[in-house]
Amino acid sequence: MKQQMKQQIIVSGMGGQGVLFVTRIIAGAGVAMGLETFTSETHGMAQRGGSVISFVKVGSFKSPLIRRGQGDLGLFLHAQNLEVHGNLLQKEADFFVNSAVSLPGDNLPANISTIDASAIARELGSPVYTNLVILGLTAGSGKLFCPVDELEKSIKDLSGERFSEANLAAFQQGIEGLNK
Amino acid sequence: MLDTNNITKKIKMNKQNSKLLMGNEAMGRGLVEAGCRLIAAYPGTPSSEILGAVVANRDETSHDPLHVEWSVNEKIAYEVALAASYTGKRAAVIMKQVGLNVAADPFTRSTYIGTKGGFVVIVADDPGPHSSQTEQDTRLFALFAKAPVFDPASPAEAGAMIEDAFRLSEQYEIPVILRPTTRICHSRQNINIGSVKKDGATAAFEKNPGRWVATPAFLTGLHNDLNTKLVNIAGRKESYPIRHYGDGSSKTCVIASGMAFANSFDLFEELELTEKADLFQVQLPFPLNSSFINNINEQYEKILILEETYSVIEMQLANRSIQGRSDKTVPGCGELTPDVIHDILVQFLKLDIAAEPSPPPARGRRPSLCPGCPHRASFFAIKKTFPKGIFPSDIGCYTLGVNLGAVDTCHCMGACISQGAGFYHSYAQDNGNFPTIVVTIGDSTFFHAGIPALINAVTQKARIIITILDNSTTAMTGQQPTPQSGVLVDGQPGNQVFIPHIVQACGVGFFKKCDPYDINNTRKLLKEADSYIRSDYGGVAVILAKHHCLMDKSNTIQQPRFRMEISDDCIGCGICTTQFECPAISLDEEEKQAWIDQDLCCECGVCDVVCPTGSIKKVEGN
Repeated sequence: MKQQMKQQIIVSGMGGQGVLFVTRIIAGAGVAMGLETFTSETHGMAQRGGSVISFVKVGSFKSPLIRRGQGDLGLFLHAQNLEVHGNLLQKEADFFVNSAVSLPGDNLPANISTIDASAIARELGSPVYTNLVILGLTAGSGKLFCPVDELEKSIKDLSGERFSEANLAAFQQGIEGLNK
Repeated sequence: MLDTNNITKKIKMNKQNSKLLMGNEAMGRGLVEAGCRLIAAYPGTPSSEILGAVVANRDETSHDPLHVEWSVNEKIAYEVALAASYTGKRAAVIMKQVGLNVAADPFTRSTYIGTKGGFVVIVADDPGPHSSQTEQDTRLFALFAKAPVFDPASPAEAGAMIEDAFRLSEQYEIPVILRPTTRICHSRQNINIGSVKKDGATAAFEKNPGRWVATPAFLTGLHNDLNTKLVNIAGRKESYPIRHYGDGSSKTCVIASGMAFANSFDLFEELELTEKADLFQVQLPFPLNSSFINNINEQYEKILILEETYSVIEMQLANRSIQGRSDKTVPGCGELTPDVIHDILVQFLKLDIAAEPSPPPARGRRPSLCPGCPHRASFFAIKKTFPKGIFPSDIGCYTLGVNLGAVDTCHCMGACISQGAGFYHSYAQDNGNFPTIVVTIGDSTFFHAGIPALINAVTQKARIIITILDNSTTAMTGQQPTPQSGVLVDGQPGNQVFIPHIVQACGVGFFKKCDPYDINNTRKLLKEADSYIRSDYGGVAVILAKHHCLMDKSNTIQQPRFRMEISDDCIGCGICTTQFECPAISLDEEEKQAWIDQDLCCECGVCDVVCPTGSIKKVEGN
């Protein structure tokens, strides 16, 4: 993490995977902590199953966008997007990736954690929880600007009663997944 | 020189009462806070969520009634809101940039005629473009129509500028444009929540034919008044651009507006440029402040202009030594992202920074119609029935029918029907032979601009098949109701207007309905329609392909579900993946075997008829 609590985060996935939801959870935690928080989202045509990306920036920024090679941390809900959005992150940034297989060694970033979030989500009852498993993995690493309990509060705030419990369960599986 | 202004003061962070709002939500909130009394819009990315935010905040306006509507198109929205302004109330209209093309007729005249109650036009631009058919710059359109235009650089500014825009409009009796861009509309930021203004105005239209009717005899005078208004607005000290970096002693400056300013500001910090050049933010790019024009041209030797997407500030500075679009320092197209501006600043300030190798990133996955989308079934049936047909289509999710080879043209709202007729006349006049022309148009697009085109095609004896893809919603922009839904923007019941009644009233001689999920039946109707258009008495044939959109998950749950599997009989021909193109079906090229991703499959059961070897099957007992 940089000084003065500045962090630039990307959330990358395919339309329909819940990229926007994860973005809002992280941003919600930033607002609750009293930090200046900025997000940028993809809407419209690209949401129909195409590659989508969101940014979260905390700290004193005026632009919601992240320049190539400047991001501190990335959540990849789909490993295929590493090639597409990976260049937005610094070389030493932390990558958290959903992948059923271990990724091939060449050109991989130095700090990468993978988890089969889709499989865990299916076990929990639906692939829609994939996004929260990856968020859990990221939160558990301690690399995010915000602590786990702020994210949990944000998940509860944004989930609605029906999904709150399942979302928190998926988040918890992600946190534990890191230690496996 | 002012280094701060109203808007900047207003958006200073106040932690007690701030909420994380999307730019569109901030503008919706801003309209409600401003005591606006009538708001009309047509949905279009990136502007679509503004009206929803108005409705979400409407419970705070109980003291003053607020009429909110999804109009049938932008021209109509503009006219409805403009008349409300004539009665002395604050009114607003919201659209995307190409919507202003549709509303160009009322827009360009409204600056001459002027307004009474404050009248704000929110037009969201899409540099890039991300989800539009052009990346046109509404600020230039504003210059053309002689309307003042605000250019916000953040969601907070976009929300705060609304009150300023209303005041400017009221002071000069002129329509005022607020021009956010995609990055403003779809960014979220913590934003102060203000109180809602009590207006209390009652409708009072003062008749004045010389103004509201304004025959040509009056227009020179009105035009002259308009020019005077613009001179006065350009002279206001409030619109003097803000200097964010530098003390004014430098001979080098960067002048930016909107998102290009926000990106430049962060780059000034990242690249430590704060001592190297002055940085100005223009909040009112047209009419550009007149003393600013003089001061800049006198004081600075090196000037760089960064604005999206056309040259508006640059044109008004009218200084040949400026660096910007005219000397190609700034690219002539595309979004001014932080990466693009980085490279421009390095060049402009001759910074000693090694060029960063930036191989173009791999293209991501292309978007496609959702699993179970009824449009996919319609397109498959059309393409299969008329492999050599011509397929004009239109704006909406269904433009993605291009992936199935069933969309040959897409131009602007409603164009497909007129283009279908044009194709017919051009082919038929050669030797009477013409290919089967199958037009596809969505229900909301049909209401928006398809109806006059249908009347024209019928009148002119075009022989074409029009398939209206009726999924009972405006899907692409977020499920807004159509006139057929009988639901208003706030969920209250409205009156329904039915597509079949319209089609029949337009004099269409062949009209059949189908559920596109039944591909074989749809193909049968398409063949019947083809026989009709080629018969002696043939003309326009319309097929209404009606099946609800599955973006609303309650629709998916309610329809019959069939678990599908692909047997070993699959020969790997790829018809299901290329010609049907369901995201849930993939082809293992090595194994020559297609497979279904059950996570993505919505079990619509449509795909079994697609497979030539019958290998895609409904699982028995499900």
